[in-house]
Amino acid sequence: MGAISKHGPWALVGALGAAALSIVAVERGEAVNALWLVVAAVCVYLIAYRYYSLFIAEKVMRLDPARETPAVRHNDGLDYVPTNKTVLFGHHFAAIAGAGPLVGPVLAAQMGYLPGMLWILAGVVLAGAVQDFMVLFVSMRRDGRSLGELIRSELGTIPGIIALIGTFLIMVILLAVLALIVVKALAESPWGTFTVMMTIPIAMLMGIYTRYIRPGRIGEVSIIGFVLLMAAIIYGQNVAASPVWGPAFTFTGTQLCWLLIGYGFVASILPVWLLLAPRDYLSTFLKIGTIVGLALGIAVVAPHMQMPAMTKFVDGTGPVWSGQLFPFLFITIACGSVSGFHSLISSGTTPKLIANERDARFVGYGGMLMESFVAIMALISACVIDPGVYFTMNTPAAIVGTTPESAAAAVTKLGFPITAETITQTAQDVGEHTIISRAGGAPTLAVGMAHIISSAVGGKAMMAFWYHFAILFEALFILTAVDAGTRACRFMVQDLIGLAVPSFKDTASWVPSIVATAIAVGAWGYFLYQGVTDPLGGINTLWPLFGISNQMLAAVALTLCTVVIFKMKRERYAFVTIIPTLWLCICTLTAGWQKIFSADPRIGFLAHADRYAAAAAEGKVLPPAKNADQMAQIIFNDRIDAALAVVFIGLVLAIGAFGVLSCIRALRAVGWTARESDATAGGRPVPAE
Amino acid sequence: MGSSQSLMERWKTLQKCVCDGARLMVGQGDYAAYAEHIRRTHPDQRPMSEVEFFRNRENARFGVGNTSGFRCC
Repeated sequence: MGAISKHGPWALVGALGAAALSIVAVERGEAVNALWLVVAAVCVYLIAYRYYSLFIAEKVMRLDPARETPAVRHNDGLDYVPTNKTVLFGHHFAAIAGAGPLVGPVLAAQMGYLPGMLWILAGVVLAGAVQDFMVLFVSMRRDGRSLGELIRSELGTIPGIIALIGTFLIMVILLAVLALIVVKALAESPWGTFTVMMTIPIAMLMGIYTRYIRPGRIGEVSIIGFVLLMAAIIYGQNVAASPVWGPAFTFTGTQLCWLLIGYGFVASILPVWLLLAPRDYLSTFLKIGTIVGLALGIAVVAPHMQMPAMTKFVDGTGPVWSGQLFPFLFITIACGSVSGFHSLISSGTTPKLIANERDARFVGYGGMLMESFVAIMALISACVIDPGVYFTMNTPAAIVGTTPESAAAAVTKLGFPITAETITQTAQDVGEHTIISRAGGAPTLAVGMAHIISSAVGGKAMMAFWYHFAILFEALFILTAVDAGTRACRFMVQDLIGLAVPSFKDTASWVPSIVATAIAVGAWGYFLYQGVTDPLGGINTLWPLFGISNQMLAAVALTLCTVVIFKMKRERYAFVTIIPTLWLCICTLTAGWQKIFSADPRIGFLAHADRYAAAAAEGKVLPPAKNADQMAQIIFNDRIDAALAVVFIGLVLAIGAFGVLSCIRALRAVGWTARESDATAGGRPVPAE
Repeated sequence: MGSSQSLMERWKTLQKCVCDGARLMVGQGDYAAYAEHIRRTHPDQRPMSEVEFFRNRENARFGVGNTSGFRCC
């Protein structure tokens, strides 16, 4: 009957998407317009949302609009509040969107835009959005409990503890890699450093304003803060040019590393109203605004993709990061297609705010599609700039040297012709001393964003402004993650030590607070320092570790979801979570294995350590080490990294084993064994098909 | 008739939606809804003032065991 009117428009959307995808994938020889990527992505999202998420909602979860959600049942006007679904979508998206989907695709662009784009789309539809949606559902049916608690109640106490320790380690790596991105972006850049440092007094001013002058006026204080920020960017140019202040704000990577460590320590023990909360306003609103601005920019400018669809580096010889397309592309893109961290958000505040079970589909699945779109935009930004500039910025100094001439020669040799003049000119355009070997993704993304936005607003004269605006935007929300994350880590440490020394749990008392903060900062500071002093730029080492840990957390969360599906006796739909779980396990275990045991010292930690150990035994010193002590340090770092990879692998294998056991137990059980918190759900009979 | 009014109302709704959304993004829930909830369900209690509510939410966001102020990726 109405099948045509019901599905007809969607068939058109599908056809349009297929056409766009084929244009993106097949056209060779001339540059593809970036809008085709946008069209292809949006069509894929629409179809996936309309059909696949509906299938999950109706068949797998059987969302029941009549059933009370935690927000309704426990409504306290504070933590549990039934919330409008559009408002909640914004809240959820703001919470999941961070630096990951911006940086991963930029790094992945070394293989061309096609492999990255395909995984961003396939990954989000089949894995990432499914994870966010399923975890949200599982938590929503259990009073909005956290991932750790959910794993403990559905899989057992030991898996719960394993997951908690894993989460802590993953967070340490995340904080280190985020801080490293900031260091890489600000090193030797007085303009950027000045504007980012100014965010601290600006935030404090805002904090005092909301505390004592006009409490709670977030809107007006954010406008004041925004105006001051823009002034900081504009005057940053004069500061950088000043013979006195320019050098005062020029720091090496190592100096910035220590500054950040000190900052993380202080920021996380200061009262939250003074720094954390007001900076949170700035970074959140700036983030959302910039994402919208970038989308408009791409739509208006319709730039062409300069990067080839696929480069020769799919074979694993690329300079930006090492390793072949499988498994390292999937590890590198990480958050834009599937992010384990979202399982912490989906089992955090969001499930406590859902007014109606049906809203979970829009918020959970839809929110992740939006995040994936951000990743597509980041990929576009990295690929609309001259590939020569891209590789100049992202290749380690060990390969390209430090002068425009050496870099031009080296990058041209890689197969991406560029002249020394172009390199110098680009650096001038964006107001930097140099763009050579500015790894970490943020500077490249900033150049791409400046390229797009300045084509729409301000032209070339505004390019330096937009570049520093983009740097500030990234640094701002990364720093928000660093201080709030350090604080969260500190509470975890206090909790863990508190198991042995109960008095340590007192978060209001000074000694435990300071000790726990020092442990948290020391943990990520160690990896940050190691990354900053790494001759291959650090991103090479830390980003894969981060990607592996993040994807493993996703595998753990999806294992939980699979167990819950089995316990609900709906195992015939369990493929929805089993397929992405298996894929993530295959990718992360292969990547983890290669990071440990690969004979190629560019990939394997142990091979790298062996190379240095062999040289050290002969009394030789390999760069960047300058003496025997530094040699020993490099060897030690490699072994720590390898050990961490071993821990991650063990973690995912253990959770996987517990997951399989729980599934078998659920299969053998006669009826429903899932532990939903609704009074009517204990031992609730399986509803008839 | 009444279409301009409904347009105005829609605009108001949109405005409220955007403002509420922006506030919730930084952890600040709807004070009016909170006050209304307390009045309705706990008439014996005095609801927190708007400023107290603001500070309560601020502390909760970065408080023990709450990672919602922590942005991931």
